[in-house]
Amino acid sequence: MQIDLTRIKAYGDTMDDGAMQLSFTLPVPPGEEAREAARQMALQMGLDTPSVVEMADLGVGFSFFVVYGKCRHYVDYTAIKIPKRQLHVMTFKEINSAIKEHLGRKVTVVAACTGSDAHTVGIDAIVNMKGYAGEYGLERYPEIDAYNLGSQVPNAELLTKAVACHADAVLVSQVVTQRNIHLENLTELVELAEAEGIRDKMIFICGGPRISHELAIELGFDAGFGSGTLPNHVASFIVNELIRRQKAGPE
Amino acid sequence: MGNKLNLDQTKIDGARQAAGKIADQLHTWINDYTTTTIERAVARLLGVDGVDRFGVPLPNVLVDKLHQAGLLDRGFAPWLARTILDTGKTVQEIADAAGKGELDVQGISDFPDAQWIEVADQMAMAAASRICSRRDERTRLMDQAMPMKKPLLYVIVATGNIYEDAVQAKAAALQGADVIAVIRHTGQSLLDYVPFGPTTEGYGGTYATQENFRIVREALDQAGTQSGRYIQLVNYCSGLCMPEIAAMGACERLDMMLNDSMYGVLFRDINMRRTFIDQHFSRMINAYAGIVINTGEDNYLTTSDAFDKGYTVLASQFINEQLALRSGLPEEQIGLGHAFEIDPKMEDGLLMEIAQAQLSREIFPRSPLKYMPPTKHVTGDIFHTYLVNGMFNLTSILTGQEIQLLGMLTEASHTPYLQDRYLSIANARYIFNNARHIGKELIFREEGRIQERAQQILNQACAMLLEIEKIGLEESLARGMFADIKRSHDGGKGKEGVVARHSAYYNPFPAIFLCGFVPKEGRAIECKLI
Repeated sequence: MQIDLTRIKAYGDTMDDGAMQLSFTLPVPPGEEAREAARQMALQMGLDTPSVVEMADLGVGFSFFVVYGKCRHYVDYTAIKIPKRQLHVMTFKEINSAIKEHLGRKVTVVAACTGSDAHTVGIDAIVNMKGYAGEYGLERYPEIDAYNLGSQVPNAELLTKAVACHADAVLVSQVVTQRNIHLENLTELVELAEAEGIRDKMIFICGGPRISHELAIELGFDAGFGSGTLPNHVASFIVNELIRRQKAGPE
Repeated sequence: MGNKLNLDQTKIDGARQAAGKIADQLHTWINDYTTTTIERAVARLLGVDGVDRFGVPLPNVLVDKLHQAGLLDRGFAPWLARTILDTGKTVQEIADAAGKGELDVQGISDFPDAQWIEVADQMAMAAASRICSRRDERTRLMDQAMPMKKPLLYVIVATGNIYEDAVQAKAAALQGADVIAVIRHTGQSLLDYVPFGPTTEGYGGTYATQENFRIVREALDQAGTQSGRYIQLVNYCSGLCMPEIAAMGACERLDMMLNDSMYGVLFRDINMRRTFIDQHFSRMINAYAGIVINTGEDNYLTTSDAFDKGYTVLASQFINEQLALRSGLPEEQIGLGHAFEIDPKMEDGLLMEIAQAQLSREIFPRSPLKYMPPTKHVTGDIFHTYLVNGMFNLTSILTGQEIQLLGMLTEASHTPYLQDRYLSIANARYIFNNARHIGKELIFREEGRIQERAQQILNQACAMLLEIEKIGLEESLARGMFADIKRSHDGGKGKEGVVARHSAYYNPFPAIFLCGFVPKEGRAIECKLI
């Protein structure tokens, strides 16, 4: 079947049927009016022939809906351009030998979970000796000196440490994203680094379940890593980037 | 629940004995120290409240002044009692004067011991009696309400704004939740003070303040009246202010507290000495207030693998139990924690979960076990998460768990929406009702996979406890035996708040709390400080 990539639509069981499922809550008690409100909501969202298949009472004057409809919108897939990290993923061994061969010195990485965020799961998975899903963490790499500063580290403290140990890369983890606190924290870090004149001297990387490479670039980082990232992904990026910068010569 | 796992009772006894010795080792020194937060908790219990003009809580103002003057090693209560005798002022007048900088803590006259001890004891008895009346109030409300079916349905609210929390908590209660936890602002565990008043800003949760406790308590009592049930309120008795939060919770009739003996050390990098001293006093308060504590073993499995390190959960449950017993908590108030965190991709993973859950049940038959939902291996695939949560609920009803923290289908994505909580309650209710007596009907095959796994965990936990008994709990934390996290003896936050007690140290509360003494007018304290 020929798919027109300039006009793709959601798929249920027939090409271009636009089928979509959604669920949401409205701040009104259940009833025929509430059901109609949900239907109209779906219509305004661009769903033709919306069907409210479930309405449930959430108590305290709220109703929950499950709605199906046929979305009339389409997307031009061919016009999409996403900046991608040019990542050649290496193994633990390859990374260590690449450092020895191309850089001839140890690579220093400083990592922390910044702001009020106390969730160290992410940064620990990448940095701690043990690593994650069978991949050793950066601390285990003989050619990498990794410092995990833990949680609730102020941005200024992270940068002070990074300068003090001549870090090649700074890793920041942000797990809590309520009301976009992570964006504030991450932006502040880059601004501080720029003010200190060290933004271009180090590689800045952020990670977390709600972080994408695209978002990271937008915030002024060199790279961003989301869910499913393993320690060697991050290490590969750092080492490749250091080698690239070394070849490019001093800026 | 019987012995479905064919466990060797001598092994269980041996493990419990080892854990008892581990707890005793800590208790050889715990009572040689006090901490700034213990003395602030004493101040709070004795009626010090409010903030100075810079917003610093008055318990901090007073205790810091005593600490700077080198007087804290005698305890806060003696100083307060002498100041009352000396100035004739009330507790609040004294606190306010200190807040305005109008009080020289060193300039208080001395009085004969018997005289100030009588004042201190009387005030402490009055405080204990207030706590008792909250406890009696709970008993009365629970007796009037519909009997609760176990496992209790436990959900969280986490908006950051206490007024929004109150709305969500009430909604969850009306939807059928039995227990509501207000998640705490992520940064609070490392604050060395308790914020004051109602708060509307917090990330990842809401500050634990006494006023916030009161606001949600009131909302839940309303929901309880509306639905004919008693709705339990939970908060976090953890971090650098464990005893103070216990004191606040006791006054505001909280029903459960997350209160672990090692969590702060492992997951918040709080100094271990500070943590062990603080947990002891905080648990005495919780015990006396009739609060059920929830321990935090589930957290180990967020950093360690749930299958490989399942035994660390059991070993920790033994240790948490022994420490809690030494703080006066009866088994019925020790809600030992564990979690459903084995990778769902594992073949027979469900059987392994059943083995671990049944093991906790059989070894701690009187504990209101707290069972935590899958969080580590769930993704944005809400449909899959919903199904995994169903397996978690099935395991719970099969193995007789008592406090069920409901898994949210959006766990990996965002803090729960109103509808997420509704769906999680619907999931649990369906399974708990549909399989209500499954535990009574099913037995496990002799030497089958479930029995074998349970026995293996017990053996591993025994070995671990014997090792810890040899090296001490502190050294085992330093070696990373729990949660794969290493903490040094002298490292961590809050150690500057640890104070060696002077021989004249006095705190009237442990004697009251540990004896389970119900104060009545005119009766003397019968047992002395332990």
